[in-house]
Amino acid sequence: MAFHDPTAEALQRPAHPDKGRSLWTDARRRFARNRAAMVALVALVLIALFAFFGQLLTEFDGETVDFTLIGVNATQGVPSLETGHYFGTDQEGRDLYARTVQGTRLSLMIGIVGSLVAVVVGTLYGAVSGYLGGRVDGAMMRIVDVLMSIPFMFVLILMLVMFGRSLLMLFIGIGLISWLSMARIARGQTLSIKNKEFVEAAVATGVRPLTIILRHVVPNLAGVVIVYATLLIPEMIIYESFISFLGLGVQEPNTSLGALISRGASQIGNGVPWQLGFPLFFFVVMLFAFFFVGDGLRDAIDPKDR
Amino acid sequence: MSAPILQVNDLRVTFDVPVRGGWPWTPPRKLQAVGGISFDLQPGEVLGVVGESGSGKSTLARAIVGTVPSTGRVLFDGQDLTRLSPEARRARRRDIQMIFQDPLAALNPRLTVGDIIAEPLTTHFPKTPRAEVRARVQALMERVGLLPNLVNRYPHEFSGGQCQRIGIARALILNPKLLICDEPVSALDVSVQAQVVNLLRELRREMGIAMIFIAHDLSVVRHISDRIMVMYLGRLMERAPAPAVVGTPRHPYTQFLIASVPIPDPVLEKARPRPVLEGDLPSPLSPPSGCVFRTRCPKARERCAVEPPPPYDVGPGHVATCHYWDEPTPMVQAAE
Ligand SMILES: Nc1ncnc2c1ncn2[C@@H]1O[C@H](COP(=O)(O)OP(=O)(O)O)[C@@H](O)[C@H]1O
Ligand code: SF4
Ligand SMILES: [Mg+2]
Repeated sequence: MAFHDPTAEALQRPAHPDKGRSLWTDARRRFARNRAAMVALVALVLIALFAFFGQLLTEFDGETVDFTLIGVNATQGVPSLETGHYFGTDQEGRDLYARTVQGTRLSLMIGIVGSLVAVVVGTLYGAVSGYLGGRVDGAMMRIVDVLMSIPFMFVLILMLVMFGRSLLMLFIGIGLISWLSMARIARGQTLSIKNKEFVEAAVATGVRPLTIILRHVVPNLAGVVIVYATLLIPEMIIYESFISFLGLGVQEPNTSLGALISRGASQIGNGVPWQLGFPLFFFVVMLFAFFFVGDGLRDAIDPKDR
Repeated sequence: MSAPILQVNDLRVTFDVPVRGGWPWTPPRKLQAVGGISFDLQPGEVLGVVGESGSGKSTLARAIVGTVPSTGRVLFDGQDLTRLSPEARRARRRDIQMIFQDPLAALNPRLTVGDIIAEPLTTHFPKTPRAEVRARVQALMERVGLLPNLVNRYPHEFSGGQCQRIGIARALILNPKLLICDEPVSALDVSVQAQVVNLLRELRREMGIAMIFIAHDLSVVRHISDRIMVMYLGRLMERAPAPAVVGTPRHPYTQFLIASVPIPDPVLEKARPRPVLEGDLPSPLSPPSGCVFRTRCPKARERCAVEPPPPYDVGPGHVATCHYWDEPTPMVQAAE
């Protein structure tokens, strides 16, 4: 940051306003230099393409039962390019490729929705709580503490049992808890941001509290929030998979990676390893990719923070 | 004399400092950062405020701007700011602007320079057309010595001096009546300091803004101020027209401050007597009784420990809070 001589600079620069290099530009550059994160990002893009457009590559859907294959899928339902069942079939004779596409899509969506709720609700809640401070902050954070102390998995399972096992219930359940730790993180950051002089400058100028939160606090939380949101996606996917693994998650004919893995695991003695292998592969690759991208984002956005 | 634009009357700011290791119900200790400051400011006048670090200058500025709670009265244009409703107070804020000590920290890193400078305008006049906002921002950037085509840049792309110019532009966009500069050049390189001070002087001459100019030593303040107020531990030590403070200081603390201003000539600088102020600034949590300066004052006597000195009138417009202001001060010289 050298001191520029304005006149010399004026002579060199074009008259139209030039683009600034925002902190995001720098972060993007640093992220692009991180090989593991870039590979993981590519893997994520491929998985997303697979989840949303993979169905176009096959003539089978995941719901049609092929009765001729029932009971003989260990020999007849083998993964093969000739039959068009790229990933083989399951014990009901349904195409596993189509099932995996469907399951990956659902798992991905659960993760993203949970994470989005966390970003919107958690960030605003935490920012408001931290910025207002005092008693309001105390009360708002006690609520979070209380909610956090409830064993969420237990409650979610109870809800699914009580209100029926619907996809909506699952989304609501995941959305309800995912924002809690985000709110805490956002609040902690807000406490340090609100003592910065640029916030004091805004207060001194007469900017309203809500505008200060939205304009001066939240954008400066964005770094932490993005990193945490990325790491929250795989966490949500794991939660959902666990519930589906217990048989409480998504309902047939819908499916998720967790449900597929659960069924594949139960069939492992019947000589159909592909039924476990393919869903597990996508599950593991997706989780690793999210963790690597999250890690890369953390280093890129706040390089000092290591 | 016209009506003062700002009248500060017995302003006090007390912070609660939680006792370390105390129980939640242990009463916090009281830290009086500003202990009863009063002064008037005429329209267009520049009041310098001097005192070493920790003497409550920033807190005084914050109390006037209203970002920390205070007691006492702050009359702006005859209106008591401390009694206004929050909404009326907010509307009033456009007439008082502030410049901060750390120029980069005072700018939101996620906003462009254009948005930062425009904020007071878009806050108080949200209906201003975008083109007009932009034109005013760019005109102002030019005025404070920044290239107008840098409006879309971000603060971290600028040097400290340039950041301070951005802060100045933001403070000026609404043509305020009062500008509070809290150590605006302390964080800058010496070469840049002069440029920024000169800019402020020019702006003051052109726009006729009243200013409170805070610094921790006299070398900067004496060139820009009409009057100077010297503070120590949140209290007034001396207040006088700038030439009187520099030429005939009456309070021993001011005399030390004057004596510690370096002389630009290196030969004279080496030869001059170098008095030192012994000891440290006492903790504001437990200020000395009587005169707060007595723990470091070479003239201190018993009376100083029991009776806080009132502001004595010692000359035209010149007050000093020292019982023995008319006696010479023995200066302790630094060991060679
Ligand atoms: N928010 C605060 N809470 C508690 N103490 C504070 C706070 N702000 C300032 N102080 C204390 O008030 C005193 C004066 O501080 P300040 O006004 O920043 O002095 P200066 O600007 O002259 O260096 C210091 O002792 C400081 O520790
Ligand atoms: S009142 Fe006493 S202690 Fe205070 S400055 Fe004067 S002589 Fe020193
Ligand atoms: Mg200060």
